[in-house]
Amino acid sequence: MNMPLTPAQALPPAFSFDAVQKVFRSKDGADVVALRDVRFEVRQGEFVTVVGPSGCGKSTLLRILAGLARASDGRVALGGKPVTGPSRDIGVVFQSPVLLPWRTVLQNVLVPAQIQGRDMKRATERAMHYLELVELAKFATKYPSELSGGMQQRVGIARAFVNDPMLLLMDEPFGALDAMTRETMNLELLKLKARTGATIMLVTHSIPEAVFLGDRVVVMSPRPGRVTQIVDVDLPSPRSLEMINTDRFGIYVSGIRANLNAAGGLD
Amino acid sequence: MTSAVSNAAAMPNAQATAPAAARTGPDPAPDGALSPGRRRALMVGFFVLVIAVWHFAIVLLQVSPLIFPGPLAVARALVEAIQSGEIAKHVGITLYEILAGFAFGAVFGLVLGALIGQSTLLEAVLYPYVVAFQTVPKVAVAPLFVLWFGFDTTSKVVITATIVFFPVLANTIVGLRSAPRDQIELMQAFTASPWHVFRMVRLPHALPYVFAGLDIGIVLAVIGAIVGEFVGAQAGLGYLILQRNFSMDAAGMFAILVVLSLIGLVLHSVMKLIARRVIFWTDAFTDLSRGS
Repeated sequence: MNMPLTPAQALPPAFSFDAVQKVFRSKDGADVVALRDVRFEVRQGEFVTVVGPSGCGKSTLLRILAGLARASDGRVALGGKPVTGPSRDIGVVFQSPVLLPWRTVLQNVLVPAQIQGRDMKRATERAMHYLELVELAKFATKYPSELSGGMQQRVGIARAFVNDPMLLLMDEPFGALDAMTRETMNLELLKLKARTGATIMLVTHSIPEAVFLGDRVVVMSPRPGRVTQIVDVDLPSPRSLEMINTDRFGIYVSGIRANLNAAGGLD
Repeated sequence: MTSAVSNAAAMPNAQATAPAAARTGPDPAPDGALSPGRRRALMVGFFVLVIAVWHFAIVLLQVSPLIFPGPLAVARALVEAIQSGEIAKHVGITLYEILAGFAFGAVFGLVLGALIGQSTLLEAVLYPYVVAFQTVPKVAVAPLFVLWFGFDTTSKVVITATIVFFPVLANTIVGLRSAPRDQIELMQAFTASPWHVFRMVRLPHALPYVFAGLDIGIVLAVIGAIVGEFVGAQAGLGYLILQRNFSMDAAGMFAILVVLSLIGLVLHSVMKLIARRVIFWTDAFTDLSRGS
């Protein structure tokens, strides 16, 4: 059962899923339901995290919103308009930073601006601004191979911000990083969010990460991929790493884990 | 007990080698910890050894210089050919055939490779013919080219181009498809057009492959030019080899082989130099000497 949706605010939702289905045809010809009846909407400026085990369709959901995949059925809207393909209003971050090795850090951040034919002088200023926010301004003229994994991922985040997107989509952005770097990156992301006011949807398979970052946590279960629970996280902001050890944080985490176990378990 | 003893015995050695290893340099070469100077010394030393073995084998086995000349005879023939100015003229002609043939073959391979690499339909339609053409030995077709384009340099340029064409084409196709999928999807998510994806991702990703193809091509181009000259020519190093063959001048022939090898080495080195500049982000060309 879906939890009741948050009541619509004065502003139109940043994005919404309504009865979204996704069916893949597998190689042996059988239909695989990747997403079934997904419905929720997200307010502007909200940080929503989607958590679930692998195969629950959370990445598919993100790809549909990014315009990289098409829903088999249902309605997906971005800023009130149906999604028909990739949008200039969206910035994306994948699990691997996928930087272009022949471009410097600054040139990599500028890729979306270049693609969308923005004014390059202003874009360069913005790029430097975001590189400063992720503390990489000193490395602007370096090549990606000279950077650590965590630094490369921060370049990817600055790149996603460079066109000031309405919505930032992040698909397990810190999945490949070690635990310590991951915590630092989580804090940096929250700071960045506070300073830009961007709407963010972040997909992860880590329940603590989902609770730590999200204003709301969308919990998904596999076979078929569906939303089993939407949790409002009522923790004080700004969030700090000490919060992870508090009882309230623990209750959110164990509640979500119990829900996932009941729905088929984390693999 | 025994392991403790052997460990203790090994320890002094380990301690003794550690500082020595640290002293050899901050970044040792991947194939053994050889400095460039030592590497060069080894190369020169090996060259001297080969020449010495060659020389003494000829002397000791009393091989007739008409059959297999020694290094001294070859050197003498080489100096003679250079001093008389005879070789310069022929080198010029063969070099022209190599470079012009390489240019045509490379451009044609690149363009067709780019087209086929972009479209699986074009690949399905065109590639079988390309492969069929490639399986025909160019040496067997060379007489036809001479028949069509004459005894002049044109026929050699065409033969060379047909030989260079395939490795460049095949590598371009593979290279254009080597771009990682998530990199392309990321570009698409930022609303990139297919042209953007080609120019900003696919093409740069293809370059290391393209240069590998060009490197194979430039070496094969030397073979192409010589094969063409063997079939029918009035000038060039291949023509000169045949001429000296008729006059039983084995040392003279060896001298030309030396010149040909030098041409191949120089062209390969130039290609490597250009590749290192253009595709600076990979180390594919720091040690490239693989064949086709």
